[in-house]
Amino acid sequence: MSEFDKDVVEESEHVPTDELGLHTTYQHFEDEAGPDETAEKRTLGIGFYLSVGWLITILALAILAPWLPIDDPKAISIIPGERPPYAPSSEFWFGADQDAHDIFSRVIWGARVSLTVGVSAIFFGMAIGGSFGMLAGYFRGRIDKVVSFVFIVLLSFPALILAILMTALLDRSLTTISIVIGILSVAPVGRVARATTISFADREFVLAARTLGAKNGRIIIRELLPNVVIPMSALALLGIAVAIVAEGALAFLGLSVEQDVTWGKLILLGSGSRVLREAPWIALFPILILFLTVLSLNFAGDRLRSYFDVKETSL
Amino acid sequence: MTDASPAHITRAESDQPLLVLDDLRTHFKTERGLVRAVDGVSLTLARGESIGVVGESGSGKTVLSRSIMGLLPSTAVTSGSVRFAGQEILGLPTKQMRHLWGAEMSMVFQNPLNSLNPLMKVGKQITESLRLHLDMDKANAKETAIRLLRDVHIPEPEKRLDQYPHELSGGMRQRVMIAIALACGPTLLFADEPTTALDVTVQAQILDVINEQRTDRNMSVVLVTHDLGVVAGHTDQIAVMYGGKLVELAPTRTLFANMKMPYTKSLMRSIPKIVDPSHTRLATIPGRPPDLVNPPKGCNFAPRCAYALDKCHHEEPPLTPAEEAGHSFACWYPVGSPEFEAKDAELIAAGEVPVSVAGGGA
Repeated sequence: MSEFDKDVVEESEHVPTDELGLHTTYQHFEDEAGPDETAEKRTLGIGFYLSVGWLITILALAILAPWLPIDDPKAISIIPGERPPYAPSSEFWFGADQDAHDIFSRVIWGARVSLTVGVSAIFFGMAIGGSFGMLAGYFRGRIDKVVSFVFIVLLSFPALILAILMTALLDRSLTTISIVIGILSVAPVGRVARATTISFADREFVLAARTLGAKNGRIIIRELLPNVVIPMSALALLGIAVAIVAEGALAFLGLSVEQDVTWGKLILLGSGSRVLREAPWIALFPILILFLTVLSLNFAGDRLRSYFDVKETSL
Repeated sequence: MTDASPAHITRAESDQPLLVLDDLRTHFKTERGLVRAVDGVSLTLARGESIGVVGESGSGKTVLSRSIMGLLPSTAVTSGSVRFAGQEILGLPTKQMRHLWGAEMSMVFQNPLNSLNPLMKVGKQITESLRLHLDMDKANAKETAIRLLRDVHIPEPEKRLDQYPHELSGGMRQRVMIAIALACGPTLLFADEPTTALDVTVQAQILDVINEQRTDRNMSVVLVTHDLGVVAGHTDQIAVMYGGKLVELAPTRTLFANMKMPYTKSLMRSIPKIVDPSHTRLATIPGRPPDLVNPPKGCNFAPRCAYALDKCHHEEPPLTPAEEAGHSFACWYPVGSPEFEAKDAELIAAGEVPVSVAGGGA
């Protein structure tokens, strides 16, 4: 803002009713909503990039696990003359458990399962809950009533019983566990999708699209979906965090994936009271990695959400 | 698609009015009761002509335009008749209305900040309906979009096509909105308070653009607004609405020269005038718009009308023709009648009416 503009703005406070006044108050408003302020609010911050960096590292390690120079998670590497568990050392970075499994390798292999469960569960929830939520939010009326009712039923259904039922009736494979957590995420995700859709469905650009002859399907996919997906993607990150923790909880109850190691199972193995006293690293390292990952997901998701919120209010 | 579908309506012949409303009623079922948002509106709009629909918030003017376009929520109940280019379109299923939307009638909305998709480039938003309705190829549609943007006086149209709505100013966005509405060459354009969200200088430009396009394209325009000043220079006809009813209908010149309804007069009086000294209090109409669930007995406006007499509170005035052609009004004691003049003199004496605008209309 130049010196001249400031003067005019100040002057306008004395003569707010004349034409000049109107004009300059408008200018003043423009300055306030100018790029300076929004630019300041719009940065994601170093915390976001640290979180994303951590997530990328974990993801890369998980994907590349078979090719990394690490022990097989099921390999038993006994140091001759010593009884496992082994404390962290140059050979076992995170230590080794009672059966002499390398915990570092197991944490990385566990990430494969835990992340897969987290991502695919939320993907499932987004696909099912998101589409039904959008349909309910767009069409309202009877569809909305039915969908909302189903969501409420899903929300009030005890999560644990559903998990026990499904794992008992089906199996404890990666797919089943992902679907169980996915079903549990349908209602919360769907309700947010519905609410977001409602807020956009009333915007005039949707009505404008209708007055131009667009059909419902086109409106939902072209006009609403892109607008709903952005806030939802931020929510998805938070959802993945919740799903990973949920997997941990299931593992604790002995309901998690049967075959492979997961973070939840690793924590469970190390959490007996004697083990915890004698070899705390067995539980500690998986807990630490899980904590950092969930924290990063939460932080990144939260930052992303407020980042897009700002963008929306400025529109 | 059959030959009877509205998409094949031939463009209106010159002697036939484009739009005829006959006793159009739109009621909403609510928990409080039946809301009579539009209650028996009849009017005629010729091809290439523009009509201003004026009224306060809640007078039913927006519902009127949406009723004509068939954009009502499912709680609405409509009756009467809307004939567009000779064909009855009231109550047509959405599937058939869709052929009219965009191609034959389109709409410009109040808030340009809201009426463009924030995530779609301006060019895409214009070309979408071109490609949908007119089956244009990409290059052709782009060329047409540039021409449209030039028509609504947007500088550097080629550049704008690749911009997002937030990169444009409010006035610019409203021009884009008009370009989108005009894209498929509609014969009827609804402009629902197109300038309310814009500042005064831009308002005039937007109205000029609409007017210019109306003449160029021989298109009819329904301009919905609460501001008599807005319609004054840009319409051929004015319909004043109050409480869902048409209370005065006249050619623009006739209306301003000889307004009959005290309500129109009050609206007129509430326009700020340039000659007023600073800090002049704006003239307002006391009271609130009528409750559309339980409208007052008699004339809707009577409870707020300074000139209302006993009869106004008991009997509803019908829409009666005035001496000039095309002018009709619904009032027992219109401006110029002896009863009105007597009351007016009384009010001026009491100092309740600013003298500069009071007095007979003639």
